Amino acid sequence: MSDQELSPSTGLVLAADGTPLKTKLRQAERAQRLRAAMLVAPLLLFILVTFVSPIFDMLYRSVDNQLVPDVLANTSKVIGDWDASKTDTPDEAVFRAFAEDLLVATKARQHTRVGSRLNYETAGISSLFRKTGRQIKKFDFDQPLKPQFLAMDDKWGETEIWQTIKRFSGSLTMGYYYAALDLKNTADGVEMLPENQRQYLMLFWRTLWMSMLITGLCFSLAFPVAYLLAILPMKSSNLLMILVLLPFWTSLLARTSAWKVLLQREGVINDTLVFLRLVPADGRLELINNSFGTIVAMTHILLPFMIMPLFSVMRTIPPSYVRAARSLGATEFTSFWRIYFPQTISGIGAGCILVFILAIGYYITPELVGGRTGVFISSRIAYHVLSSLNWGLAAALGSLLLIGVLVVYWLYDRIVGIDNVKLG
Amino acid sequence: MAGLPPYANLGNHLWFYTFRTICFLIFFFLIFPILVIIPLSFNAQQLFTFTTDMLMLKPSAYSFMHYEDFLTNSDWQRALRNSFRIAPVATILSVTLGTIAAIGLSSPKMPFRKAVTAVLISPMIVPLIISAAGMYFFYSKIGISGTYWAVILAHAALGTPFVIITITATLAGFDQSLVRAAANMGAGPIRTFFSVQMPLILPGVISGGLFAFITSFDEVVVVKFVGSPAEVTLPWQMFTGLREQISLTILAVATIMVAISICLLITLEILRRRSEAMRTGRPG
Repeated sequence: MSDQELSPSTGLVLAADGTPLKTKLRQAERAQRLRAAMLVAPLLLFILVTFVSPIFDMLYRSVDNQLVPDVLANTSKVIGDWDASKTDTPDEAVFRAFAEDLLVATKARQHTRVGSRLNYETAGISSLFRKTGRQIKKFDFDQPLKPQFLAMDDKWGETEIWQTIKRFSGSLTMGYYYAALDLKNTADGVEMLPENQRQYLMLFWRTLWMSMLITGLCFSLAFPVAYLLAILPMKSSNLLMILVLLPFWTSLLARTSAWKVLLQREGVINDTLVFLRLVPADGRLELINNSFGTIVAMTHILLPFMIMPLFSVMRTIPPSYVRAARSLGATEFTSFWRIYFPQTISGIGAGCILVFILAIGYYITPELVGGRTGVFISSRIAYHVLSSLNWGLAAALGSLLLIGVLVVYWLYDRIVGIDNVKLG
Repeated sequence: MAGLPPYANLGNHLWFYTFRTICFLIFFFLIFPILVIIPLSFNAQQLFTFTTDMLMLKPSAYSFMHYEDFLTNSDWQRALRNSFRIAPVATILSVTLGTIAAIGLSSPKMPFRKAVTAVLISPMIVPLIISAAGMYFFYSKIGISGTYWAVILAHAALGTPFVIITITATLAGFDQSLVRAAANMGAGPIRTFFSVQMPLILPGVISGGLFAFITSFDEVVVVKFVGSPAEVTLPWQMFTGLREQISLTILAVATIMVAISICLLITLEILRRRSEAMRTGRPG
């Protein structure tokens, strides 16, 4: 107690330099807090820039429509006055504003971008914009412009074209979300696309049910194995654990290529089945490039993610509980179902959420072994990002998937509690 | 239940062996696809199945030609080089940032710990396709898309959660009084870190690093989105090969990958034992 003494006047404990010990303690704590925060700060900043901003950028991009009001600045101001229920086409003022916008836009070569943006909503606008962009310089701006537009292409007389421009003249849009949900925002309100044009709802649905099926399969395969590993003596269970860990650490592509080779028409499995005369030589099974291939390969790939959390929970369950139940007269089944099984719930929850969430976002394996009937929504996202360049739609599909994942987490947190998730 | 008790009846016997058979079949399902590609990769013909000669173990049915192809083909060699140009750098970045942050996170005084941890772990939780799409949009906006550094940044971000998780787990068993003891004996914070904390959390750092390495090394979606064709990595090349013209060279590469994963597995097991021995103070 050499560095502190009681202050005679106030009775406060003082530090060596005479400040009250409480203040000193608070200072020290603040320094520690600052130190901890400083250590975390670089990574936090790094993750915010490299990961979190991209996610928010995607969310924003899914509703972003800034391009249209930027390029068609004058038009978007005046087109609001036009009422489609009164006149079929807007009046001269709107046409004039549009012509001026287009004149500027063609110089900056922006009109094709707006054209393809609006073409996502109403087919034919892109080519109309291109054509008009080439002709606009020949227009006589001293004369009324509306007749010149109509003379050039009578599509400019169609109400639908102008309605599309009007609907998408704001800086935010729900259009990509409608498209992602197979909806169409028409003049009469939001309605479903015709049956033959719907694709995304079906893909979302398939992603969902196949992920659930894969999760269920993983669970039913993982439970017995994890149980065996948990009850075996340490030495043999460690040895068997290699059979789980080796697939886990093996490259995803290596495992996918293994399945691609095994499941082929001329592959090892079909050959074996033919050799055993289980299938005729001319009736080889179609095991790949369909949903069956996706389910088998993904169950194999995700199985270790289910076994490990189950095993780590089961290992901690004392065998004496089941023995106690047995000695009290419970049958083998009752003691398992009423005593053992409830204690594994947190492991089951952790494994299932892990597998399910990994499954619904999977891209590589379904893309390679799924064919046409076994691909997930992820392959459409990749297609729109890399090939069709409809980034807004890709962002909307991705945002919907992200919302789905967050809902699953939220439900899980409500039911099981997220803190119970253990990895390995 | 490890063995059967002497009083087991017929039903017990039956169940015991049925259960073991089921488990054996599941283990077979897990390991069979990986084992089967190894002999297939030595096939002397361009066939994806075992030829009669292979089954009769004739030496002429086996060859190293697919490995030769891997070692001489310029596409595969470029992919191999790229993989080793990207994964180690991304790993070093995520291990450095991750270790420092994990020490901060483990401090009992860390403000907003739960929220900050959630943000730091998020790259592991968000489905890869979404991260890849988001990164692609954002990185093209800031103009680094298609560059080597875009891939490094993206992979480092994906790898850090593993580093954070393994190191915070190691630090959970870390005795804070050791740091105080070191400070008491006059060591500065940096000296304390390198001579007291670092050796004790090293197994966690290395296994986190291995996780980060394999995340980057085995990653296709993000590198395909934010990288340019100049950054084609081994898994990307495999992906392209599997989609376009599948050749047995892919199986040779896959076999090499399996060998790499066996090495990783052994390293991790050694580390686990070492860390267990350190924590409990006796050899494990």
